[in-house]
Amino acid sequence: MQKSEVVVVGAGPAGLTAAHELLKAGAEVTLIDRNASLGGQLIKQTHKFFGSEKQYAAHRGIDILERLTENLIPYERFHLLSETTVVGFYHDKVLTCLKDDRYFKLQADSVIFATGASEHSIPFENNDLPGVYAAGAVQTLMNEYGIKPGQRVLMVGSGNIGLIVSYQLMQAGVDVAAVLEASERIGGYLVHASKLRRLGVEIRTNMSIKSAIGEAHVEAAEAWRLDEDWQGIEGSEERYDVDTICIAVGLSPLTELLEQAGAEVEYISELGGNVPVLKDYETTIEGVYACGDLANIEEASSAMVEGRIAGIRAAQALDYTVENAEMRLKALDDELVDLRSGPPGDNVRRGLKKMEGLT
Amino acid sequence: MIEKTGIPSKAQVKAEFPTPEELSRPKAVIECYKEIPCNPCETSCPFDAITVGEDINARPQIDFDACTGCGICVYSCPGLAIMVARLKNGEAEMKVPYEFTPLPEKGEIVNVVDRRGDVITEGRVLNVSKSAKQDRTALVHFAVDEKYLYDAISIEVSYGS
Ligand SMILES: Cc1cc2nc3c(=O)[nH]c(=O)nc-3n(C[C@H](O)[C@H](O)[C@H](O)COP(=O)(O)OP(=O)(O)OC[C@H]3O[C@@H](n4cnc5c(N)ncnc54)[C@H](O)[C@@H]3O)c2cc1C
Ligand code: SF4
Ligand code: SF4
Repeated sequence: MQKSEVVVVGAGPAGLTAAHELLKAGAEVTLIDRNASLGGQLIKQTHKFFGSEKQYAAHRGIDILERLTENLIPYERFHLLSETTVVGFYHDKVLTCLKDDRYFKLQADSVIFATGASEHSIPFENNDLPGVYAAGAVQTLMNEYGIKPGQRVLMVGSGNIGLIVSYQLMQAGVDVAAVLEASERIGGYLVHASKLRRLGVEIRTNMSIKSAIGEAHVEAAEAWRLDEDWQGIEGSEERYDVDTICIAVGLSPLTELLEQAGAEVEYISELGGNVPVLKDYETTIEGVYACGDLANIEEASSAMVEGRIAGIRAAQALDYTVENAEMRLKALDDELVDLRSGPPGDNVRRGLKKMEGLT
Repeated sequence: MIEKTGIPSKAQVKAEFPTPEELSRPKAVIECYKEIPCNPCETSCPFDAITVGEDINARPQIDFDACTGCGICVYSCPGLAIMVARLKNGEAEMKVPYEFTPLPEKGEIVNVVDRRGDVITEGRVLNVSKSAKQDRTALVHFAVDEKYLYDAISIEVSYGS
């Protein structure tokens, strides 16, 4: 069986920073990602990021990614397995991987999971009609492959993802008919909402999608108003002539691999649903860590910081000396506290409190 | 209500503007109405005119005396929430961030939109800057009649058809 001292699964911002910290400390690291290009969600983020300078704020996601990957290249003990999917994981830290239709096993002393999250779908009539996409798929088409998903889009969901993808669609010359939001307030940052609104895109709260209309492809969409219990109100239907419906209603952490190995998972809605039970980013299996959107649905800024902490902790557990470890861990913790201290961080703070109660 | 529509009220907008006297020189106007974890406006300003402070969730505060209207914060703000405004010869001159192509040309007459995206008047493009340090956020500098000071926010996107 092949061996690697440390395996990092997922090359998004969290996996990349975790790998960097471990390499700096001297560990051997194999970084695995199912995609051909590194960066996870960052590849698709053409907009400038929020946060502070420490997390590269005001730089575009794609450019942040370049810096994070450059960090890894000089290390001799760095191995990259791209276009490789981890399909199995066992508590003795053996991973089953799939590359080019070939399965192989990999034994590690320590494993860091940074697999991110998958997008939610919602039930509505004809939601399997071609032309109904998840927001992430639309972003991949546009920003990775340069393909327009359609001519006119109805966006469902006004969180940051819905707002940002709508803006990116407009930049690509695709018309956004409206953004629907089921709750009574816009979910994402108001600055994103305002920059979309000044392009003439209406954001409609207390509304959702009722059905997709069309034979072989979306030809229109029907939206309707919701009552206080989020039930559609008969007679309030409105038709939008669109060829694309884009769903951006939230993310769930990808915990399946950890669950396979028997790591404890708990439902904490504030963190995004089922999340691994963590203490200092270590799961209930010793030497197995989780960070980034997998640990709690948040931002690339916090994912990068979490990755660094998980990387330092894993390196220490493998008896590597991390320079100024205590000082650095304290500084990184402080960064997270800062990022989460305002109203947008309310949920995560509450969720993490619940997590503390579990461990 | 901005939380429902993304459109700030006129009172909210006005509260972020300096006085007309102060606007005889160009000043940054920041429309960041809700606390978010973000501070590039503060760290980008070479004149220390913007303060977010220790808690990066705090709303940015601007010192109009210190602001020179240089425009650096305008392209550094990831929320595209800042412009530079000035009153001159009966016109309101505005420098706004713009991330669409094609870019307008200097001297071009363009449609100017309000915060709902409705076209409210025509404006004259005074300048378009797009240096490497702006990182693909162009600054479009345009002039409209001064009565549109609190309404004009950007130029209408044209896809060059
Ligand atoms: C539209 C949009 C806009 C955003 N805007 C911002 C913003 O302005 N600022 C900000 O800070 N954040 C933003 N984010 C959030 C940010 O992108 C995520 O929080 C961040 O990418 C999470 O990082 P991660 O490393 O945990 O996961 P990801 O970036 O999702 O990376 C996970 C990686 O794991 C890989 N993977 C998963 N499962 C497996 C497996 N079984 N085998 C192999 N590989 C696997 C995936 O291919 C992927 O590359 C935005 C997100 C979206 C979608
Ligand atoms: S315009 Fe220039 S001086 Fe004024 S706040 Fe912005 S960066 Fe600072
Ligand atoms: S940089 Fe822009 S979005 Fe960020 S806090 Fe400053 S004004 Fe608000």
